[in-house]
Amino acid sequence: MEKFQKLTGTAAPMPLVNIDTDMIIPKVFLKSIQRTGFGKNLFDEMRYNRDGSEIPDFVLNKPQYRNAEIIVAGDNFGCGSSREHAPWALKDFGIKCVISTSFADIFYNNCFKNGILPIVLPQEDVDKLMDDANRGANATLTVDLENQTIQGPDGGSIAFEVDAFKKHCLIEGLDDIDLTLAKKASIDTFEAEAAQARPWV
Amino acid sequence: MSPKTLYDKIWDAHLAHEAEDGTALLYIDRHLVHEVTSPQAFEGLRMANRPVHAPDKTIAVPDHNVPTTEDRVNGIDNEESRIQVDALDKNAKDFGIHYYPVSDVRQGIVHIVGPEQGWTLPGMTVVCGDSHTATHGAFGALAHGIGTSEVEHVLATQTLIQKKSKNMKVEITGKLRPGVTAKDITLSVIGETGTAGGTGYVIEYCGEAIRDLSMEGRMTVCNMAIEGGARAGLIAPDDVTYDYVKGRPHAPKGAQWEAALTWWKTLYSDDDAHWDKVITIKGEDIAPVVTWGTSPEDVLPITASVPAPEDFKGGKVDAAKRALDYMGLTPGQALSEIEIDTVFIGSCTNGRIEDLRAAAAILKGKKIKDGMRAMVVPGSGLVRAQAEEEGLADIFKEAGFEWRMAGCSMCLAMNPDQLSEGERCASTSNRNFEGRQGFKGRTHLVSPAMAAAAAVTGHLTDVREMM
Repeated sequence: MEKFQKLTGTAAPMPLVNIDTDMIIPKVFLKSIQRTGFGKNLFDEMRYNRDGSEIPDFVLNKPQYRNAEIIVAGDNFGCGSSREHAPWALKDFGIKCVISTSFADIFYNNCFKNGILPIVLPQEDVDKLMDDANRGANATLTVDLENQTIQGPDGGSIAFEVDAFKKHCLIEGLDDIDLTLAKKASIDTFEAEAAQARPWV
Repeated sequence: MSPKTLYDKIWDAHLAHEAEDGTALLYIDRHLVHEVTSPQAFEGLRMANRPVHAPDKTIAVPDHNVPTTEDRVNGIDNEESRIQVDALDKNAKDFGIHYYPVSDVRQGIVHIVGPEQGWTLPGMTVVCGDSHTATHGAFGALAHGIGTSEVEHVLATQTLIQKKSKNMKVEITGKLRPGVTAKDITLSVIGETGTAGGTGYVIEYCGEAIRDLSMEGRMTVCNMAIEGGARAGLIAPDDVTYDYVKGRPHAPKGAQWEAALTWWKTLYSDDDAHWDKVITIKGEDIAPVVTWGTSPEDVLPITASVPAPEDFKGGKVDAAKRALDYMGLTPGQALSEIEIDTVFIGSCTNGRIEDLRAAAAILKGKKIKDGMRAMVVPGSGLVRAQAEEEGLADIFKEAGFEWRMAGCSMCLAMNPDQLSEGERCASTSNRNFEGRQGFKGRTHLVSPAMAAAAAVTGHLTDVREMM
């Protein structure tokens, strides 16, 4: 997995609450059997007209946000389905970090499996970063995972919390399956005991 | 021993490894697989030359993409859908997992097939690359959706890396009033908590109104736990559960049944267990409800009117404006006057036999409104067969409904069953998101009986007026 250590980039403001996975990547694009190529359809129904032309008002179509690497979002970002196509689409577009007051559980976990850092902050911090994001390309944010800080364009710093294990995996770009298979002996022991205790499973 | 919740007990029984920081490897008893979220996971196994760790505990069925017309036996027209279903056929065969292909009468929505075949049992851990895996919590199983990377992780290791969630109790006290169903319970809870109210929690539903539900109803309640943001929903097993499970193809038999039953009877929350959050709703206060907006939390009794954005606070004001515009509704308009173009009865929320019975009870001897498009998509081939045997299919067909083959269908519109732009649907499914049932389609979530009532009158209707 790609490492996430420190990122300086433009943040796009998406203040709408409950941005769901159907908005992030509509189901018509879930039919691929690959993990890549979803970026062009990220936020498809908000981003394009039916004829394929861009909707100029949509934030990621505005010149100053076309290369955004961070999204500052309203509450409960990523609610809805378990589709990992949502973080795949974000990553393919170039988004590496999403900041909100809350995320849906499955989406949150899926981000970490794909080198994307989701950051949960209190409303007042999100409001401040939303203001920064509204200033466009002149207002880059620097997200430092090691030190768990976000530096705004005015030099202020906001601290954030992240699970220590998830942080470690992101910084090192570790593969979960390799980590788990290193504990195979524990799994085998558990499996043998469970087969005794609950043979009907 | 310190008192435990049901979730604590299932969690403890499945801990294969726990690190000092609480990061756990949770052993998975059943892994359900469908065609949309699994191809990349199987490909990952192939690239790393890894086998499926426990093929006997892995069950696959195509459901999201499959057409629901009878001519589907001739193959799937849409090339991309066909490729996904063909990939599942091949992956099931190559990796030796249990499989119910489109041609099998037992095929259907993965969350209906699992319980129906006895794969889902009390006290199990169940995962699937689908958020509505929460359905299986109705059996007192810890069940939740996972992403494709986690699907690959479970295939390779039969475990998941997890941190424990908090415990939330949702109690529905007393009796439900006539015309009020499990769907109204689960939507009303989301209306109360909001779609992020359950984030970080596993919910246990309890109380007399929950105990009184059949397994079908309990599955409807747990199915939408995810719409409230919870990792999983649970209902403690009881005689209703055991009666449902007993005799199913993969349920334990003989001495194993007795041993299982002994353990299952220990699966309840201890009286003095700790709850991080408790919500109590009186059953008698729940009305038949509908959604008016584009989030499942946008829920109101059918007797109410469309709200105004000013009725809300914070970010929800703009969200409500956007939702009203998308839905083509005006504040103050009575919900029962909203005209409907289409009715969809089906999905893992409401595609079981009891749902079809409830809808048929309203439709018996009636016709759907002229010009109405109405469709029933049974949740599995076996539900369809049973409904035909009970005469329900004839009631639907005589009323003017299309009688379809099993699949996810118009719940998420990945197959040809879709709404067109502006088409308004009363739907028994679980999500009213923008574009969910088709580009610019408009969804009102309702119970099966309410969907049937709307099909007859042509507008959202209080089903109690037709009982």
